[in-house]
Amino acid sequence: MQTFDLGAEGLRALNSSLHALKGQTNMTAWEVVNPKGAHAIAAGVDAPVDITVRGSTGYYCAGMNKQATIRIKGSAGPGVAENMMSGTVIIDGDASQYAGATGRGGLLVIKGNASSRCGISMKGINIVVHGNIGHMSAFMAQSGNLVVLGNAGEALGDSLYEARLFVRGTVKSLGTDCIEKEMRPEHFEILEDLLKRGEADAKARPEEFRRYGSARQLYNFNIDNASAY
Amino acid sequence: MCGIVGLFLKDPKLEPKLGAMLTDMLITMTDRGPDSAGIAIYSGAKDGIGKITVQSAHPGVDFKNLDLDLKEAIGKPVLMLVKSSHAVLEVPIDQIEAARSALAHLRPSLKVMSTGDCIEIFKEVGLPKDVAARFDVSKMSGTHGIGHTRMATESAVTTMGAHPFSTGSDQCLVHNGSLSNHNSVRRELRQAGMTFETENDTEVAAAFISHKLHEGDSLGHAMEATLTDLDGFFTFVVGTKNGFGVVRDPIACKPAVMAETDEYVAFGSEYRALVNLPGIENARVWEPEPATVYFWER
Repeated sequence: MQTFDLGAEGLRALNSSLHALKGQTNMTAWEVVNPKGAHAIAAGVDAPVDITVRGSTGYYCAGMNKQATIRIKGSAGPGVAENMMSGTVIIDGDASQYAGATGRGGLLVIKGNASSRCGISMKGINIVVHGNIGHMSAFMAQSGNLVVLGNAGEALGDSLYEARLFVRGTVKSLGTDCIEKEMRPEHFEILEDLLKRGEADAKARPEEFRRYGSARQLYNFNIDNASAY
Repeated sequence: MCGIVGLFLKDPKLEPKLGAMLTDMLITMTDRGPDSAGIAIYSGAKDGIGKITVQSAHPGVDFKNLDLDLKEAIGKPVLMLVKSSHAVLEVPIDQIEAARSALAHLRPSLKVMSTGDCIEIFKEVGLPKDVAARFDVSKMSGTHGIGHTRMATESAVTTMGAHPFSTGSDQCLVHNGSLSNHNSVRRELRQAGMTFETENDTEVAAAFISHKLHEGDSLGHAMEATLTDLDGFFTFVVGTKNGFGVVRDPIACKPAVMAETDEYVAFGSEYRALVNLPGIENARVWEPEPATVYFWER
């Protein structure tokens, strides 16, 4: 276990040590203490390592993550796991706005609540939120799955492309071109898997969710509407 | 950007440390706003005494014998405490308006930062650590206080453009964001009798709330009204003689974190600003919801 005191050694030293881990490494377990809400903790990691952050983080923790498993033993500031490529990010507390924004792959788990714009423009990432999500979540989301055990705020999935949104609780309102869709067998399978990997299988069952997706009226050019353009 | 910090103490034992706690929080927010910084401190009111905080670009000239000149003008005792470019003038509470008029005549270049029973506002251009040191903020005690680090967008980097803005007795407001309808709201408020010192958008928000309070609205209602009448991006933190409030616009893209314990309620633009507060590990920490008014009054 490599223990890194962020207060004593500083962010640049941490991130350059983590960036130096390429491919195979025998330093597979890292612990970051005294994060004190600092920005960009463990951003840009590209190695199959486990990193545990003991406390709350500021902007962009675990941004662009590839391969690593990053656990935050506290809450995360804005843009956690932004543009994640692969790997896993697990937050014990809450996440601030635009968690998992533009993420291309991997799994983001938020055990508390996520605030506004969770999964905005997501492009393949899977996000599991144990609590609620705020307004404008999954705005222009392109692919991947957003699973919410609690409630969703206003304008869920506005201008949605092909991401799948699963919500167990209430949805305050759906955004433009986002509609409820039927749950088919493959959706139960996706949920079964994500609830398990998202450490939420003891809290919820796949059949308790409703699915929301794109009505596909907005992003396809429709010749009948040509005069309106 | 801009950084906001605020503390509303519930436990009187922390009151002597208010300035030190706020200074630490303010300096942490330097990279959100290195242009200028300011702080509003509310300390216990003295019976029958009111305070006027004034600022001067030429303190050596303006503050010389100011207490004596003011005493002669209003015919009542005046106590003056000079802190760098600011001075706090203590006068009998019923003499505040008379003293303000006299000051405008005696020292026309003085700017009034605040008036009231217990508010003092200190603000200047410069790095937060330098501004805090200049006014010895860390030694100040009080019941609640609000600080701001500014990254200017809407108007010039000047002392008067720094936050907090005070537009009513014992009232102040700081802002992260920008307002788009401030010119029309300013026009309406001017017609309603409010006066303005700057072209700054935040001053309009402060005056908007002061006007509502003057009309008899509660702090909660006045803050609620900003959600319908002010257009733009905002996280506001508001102080009154005995209250402390927070409101964010419905889009809520300007960050805000709050923490509450039995000892205090704290506000920070980021969690970083709160990490050194006593008992923060066990505090209730949350993000204020969009379009929701939070306030505490003692």
